[in-house]
Order: sequence, then C-alpha cells, then structure tokens
Amino acid sequence: MDSEKRQKESRVKLLITGNEAIAESAIQAGCRFYAGYPITPQNELTAYMAHHMQDRGGVFIQAEAETAAINMVYGASAAGARAMTSSSSPGISLKQEGISYLAGAELPSVIVNIMRGGPGLGNIAPAQSDYFQATRSGGHGDYHCLVLAPSTVQECYDLTALAFELSDKYRVPAIILGDGMLGQMMEPIVVTKFRAPSLKQSNKPWALTGCKDRKANVVKSFYLKEGDLEKFNLKLQSKYQKIQREEERWEELFLNDVKIVLVAYGSMARIAKGAVKALREKGKKVGLIRPISLWPFPKKAFAKIRKQYLVIEMSYGQMLEDVQLAVNGQAGIEFLGRSGGGVPSEAEIIAKVNKIYHG
Amino acid sequence: MDKIYAHPKSLRDVSTHYCPGCGHGLAHRLITEVVDELGIREKVIGVAPVGCAVVAYEYWDFDCSEAAHGRALAVATGIKRVRPENIVFTYQGDGDLAAIGTNETIHAANRGENLSVFFINNAVYGMTGGQMAPTTLLNQKTSTTPDGRCAQLQGFPLKISEMLALLPGVKYIERVSLHSPQEIIKTKKAMKKALINQMEGIGFSLVEILSPCPTYWGLSPKPALDWIKNTMVKEFPLGVIK
Repeated sequence: MDSEKRQKESRVKLLITGNEAIAESAIQAGCRFYAGYPITPQNELTAYMAHHMQDRGGVFIQAEAETAAINMVYGASAAGARAMTSSSSPGISLKQEGISYLAGAELPSVIVNIMRGGPGLGNIAPAQSDYFQATRSGGHGDYHCLVLAPSTVQECYDLTALAFELSDKYRVPAIILGDGMLGQMMEPIVVTKFRAPSLKQSNKPWALTGCKDRKANVVKSFYLKEGDLEKFNLKLQSKYQKIQREEERWEELFLNDVKIVLVAYGSMARIAKGAVKALREKGKKVGLIRPISLWPFPKKAFAKIRKQYLVIEMSYGQMLEDVQLAVNGQAGIEFLGRSGGGVPSEAEIIAKVNKIYHG
Repeated sequence: MDKIYAHPKSLRDVSTHYCPGCGHGLAHRLITEVVDELGIREKVIGVAPVGCAVVAYEYWDFDCSEAAHGRALAVATGIKRVRPENIVFTYQGDGDLAAIGTNETIHAANRGENLSVFFINNAVYGMTGGQMAPTTLLNQKTSTTPDGRCAQLQGFPLKISEMLALLPGVKYIERVSLHSPQEIIKTKKAMKKALINQMEGIGFSLVEILSPCPTYWGLSPKPALDWIKNTMVKEFPLGVIK
C-alpha cells in the first residue's frame, strides 16, 4: 500500500518487532486461526498470537509439533477461515508435508519462515538459506507457494495482509520469508486497518461448513483415476502462470545511468541499500533491484539489458540462480554471499563493487 | 406400515472398492445410519484417513476433508475450533492413528478436543499390501513379519485405546467389533454415543472397531470373522474402556 493512502486511512503508530508486526497484521487481515510451535528466532510471533487471538475473535493453539501445526492450519482453512502458522528453518522443513497437501488441496494459508542458519540444527543467527526450499516447492509434487520477502518492519505488516489476500485470491499457500534479524528488529510502523472478511461473509463456496442447501463439499488432493491427476496438475500450472504474469513485485533504486546493479532481498537489501547510497555519494554508478516477491521472481525487473549485476545474499547463492535465469546470459553476474551467522557488511559490499568497477 | 430399514441418505448409492468381507463398508454404513438418525447430515464434517478408507468421501454424502497420513486429528482440530457448531469426526486406521499419527492422536485427546474418532483396527496395513501394523498380533504373519510378529524384534501390539484412557481430556472410549450381528449393533450404539457426546459438548470420544481384513489375513470372509472372535479379542478385549 502506498504511503499516501496509508496516511488517509489511519495514523496509528506502533513501535514493534518484525515478528509482532506480522502477527498484528495477520489479526487485522482477519486471520482467525493460528497454530505454532516454539522455535527461535520467531517466538515473539507465537507469543503475540497467544496474547491477542482469543480476545479478538480468533483461535490460538500451541501445537504439539510443527507437523500438527501445519495440519491444523489445513483443517481451519478447509473450514473457510484465514489461517496462519509460523516457524523458523528447521521447523519449516517439518511443515513441508503439510504445505504440499495445502497446495494439492488448493487451500489458502499463510506460512511465516523467520530464517536461521542451517543445515540441520544450524544456529539461531539470521540467514537466507531457505530460498530454494521456499521458491522451488519445498515438499513433494509440482507446486509453488507465493513467496513475499519483507525488508522492513513496516513491510512485515503490509506484506502479511497482502499474503492473505493473494492466498485467498489464487487458493495457494503464501510464504512470508523473513530472517532472524528482521524478526527481532524493532521499528516504528503505521498500522492500517484492513477490511477483513468475517467467516460468514467470506466467499469460499468450496469450504467445509456442513452441506446445508448444497451438495457435499470435499477437500482433497488425491486423484487416483488415470488422467485425473495430470488434469489437476495442468490446472495448477495455469494458475501458477497467471500468478507469474500478475504478481511480480520489486523495488528499484538508481537504475537510470547505472553500471552495476546490486540485487538483494529482505534484510540483506537494507545493507545493500546503504552501500548503494554510499557509493553514489562517491560518484559510482550503482543501483539496486530488491525483489519483494521471490516467487514469482520479478523477471520483468531484469528485462532491460544491462552490463553487470552483483547478487548479494545471506546464503551461498540461491536467489543467484533466479537472477541467472532472468538475465539469461545477457550480462555479467558477480556474487557475494555469507551464511551460517555471517552477514555481508556494507564495507564488504563496497569493496566488492569497487573491485568489479575497476576490474 | 412403518419403514424400518432403508438406504441411508448420507450413504451414496455406489459400489465401494473394498475387498469381499472387508469391514470398512459396514463401518461406513453404520456411521451414515447414525448421522441420519441424529439428523446431523447437514452439520457433519468427516475427515478421511490415508489407507484403504482414503476415498470414504466417495461413499459418504456429506462434507469431508482428506488428511495426510496420521494427521486427521490435527486437521479435525483446525476444523472444529473454527466451526464449533459443526459435528466433526475422524475415521482412521491403525497405521494412521497409532503409528504415523500417534503424536496427533495423543495430543488431540489430551487437549480434550470435542471430536469423535472412529478407529478401525484390523491389525494390518491394507492399502499398501499387508504390512505389520502397530496393532498386529504376536506371531501374526504379514508381508513385513514373514515369520510372524516377534516381540523381541517388533515389540508388542499397541493398545492405544487403553493408553488414551489414562488422559483426563478423554471422556469416552469403547472397543467394539464387527464380527457378529450382536457386535455390529453394539458398534452402532457406540458410534452414536461418540457423536452425541460431541453434540452435548462432553468432549473427546473414541470408538475402536475390530474389523476384518480377509485379504491380508489370508482368510475367507467367514473365518476372518471367527479370527476376530476367537483370537483378536483376546489381545483387544471388547467393552467400555473409559
């Protein structure tokens, strides 16, 4: 939502963490069911839901396991409610079964991943190493989740509500992909009052409500008869193509008269932005593309032929592959990445840019 | 003249895919009879398992959801919490409820979710070809216990109903069987009680139903019923457990 419109609608300001902003946005957006399991660094989100959901007409459950949490979301969504779960990397791995079933049953749902270092138990430092898992269908089967990557606490708030909207619109699971830095960080935000549909008003004729005055509804992802599953998969694919056409989102900075375009998302983009501004002050022709939707990846942002890109991630090169696909050999691509607790610093970025610039 | 027997409205008029002598068709029908008698067809939401009964919704004519293997009680929890006015039940086999889904089962029961559970115990995995189930009897031969289930290697038949009965959140558990007309009548009564409990807000109710699987017991339909009566009930005694 643009800032002008936001100002008109409401001027409630909050100083809040990214985790809490996601939770508050979900409640404002009409999330009526939340189930979660404790895992760092997203616990503030679960605690916020525990404090607020019941008082504001929703259901909060601390699930016995990540698998249970995601399957409770499946049930709540099947019953027509806006539903959400959240976790961090190892917990999101456990949820993959459920996410595949949500995609297969075309159930809207929002899944929040506040990423930490991996693989395995890894650590609790911020990371971006679940990009492949989020954008490539982390579970089994040919499916996609819509993936949105906030970069500020305000965006945590705005994109979570958008995730609910898009998830309902296309009947696909939507992922909010943040990281521990963003989840823990406190920033002032402007709170918008969203117009959330109530359970009774929501337009979900497929939902399980009891078969009064209509034929029985079935929520399922099982197509055993020859040809049926292929037909269903083709339907999913055409939906995904529509999402790819219509839902690319990104931010651009200084892309006119540019020699090197930095590409970064989420927390990493904030650091990259600082580097771009510092370099511009020194007269360096540097710009930035910040993907906001990671799936669909904003290919249109790369349509213009440019000379040189520098992809920066808190991973060892995952979004890098999407940039390579988008650029398709039409420009040079350099990479700077750290993961497992390391975050590329502004100074590291500047040094890398200078090396490419003069190299 | 009063009509005393008819095709239940909640049961679709189609043939099932079940093997001759299988208990699922009977259990499905009993549920639909009870749903009709309680007048709750338009409020019921069933959750089907993964296993032989995965397409139960093709036989039941009311709202249904599929659930991933073992997750039926998590799915049912989500549905019921969002729509407490609906009557939500799960229908699950032994592998689904007492192996891959044990965690979901125990915790839904421990939360005292106001749900009804119909648990089909046929001591074997049917859909995948007759492997050992958590409820497989000692010495029972299956495709994964070719010499019979051995306590030292595969442990003992899991009595999940008795385990669940220990939980304060659980209000009613009964083990019934489909091996004779008398037992079938008791099964229907237990199913009805489990649904009435939910309608009255009493809480978590589970009916364990010993059910024949002639195909993977290597028996004809009639000897399969006799096997329940003479052998299976010794390990899984019938009656109200809680």
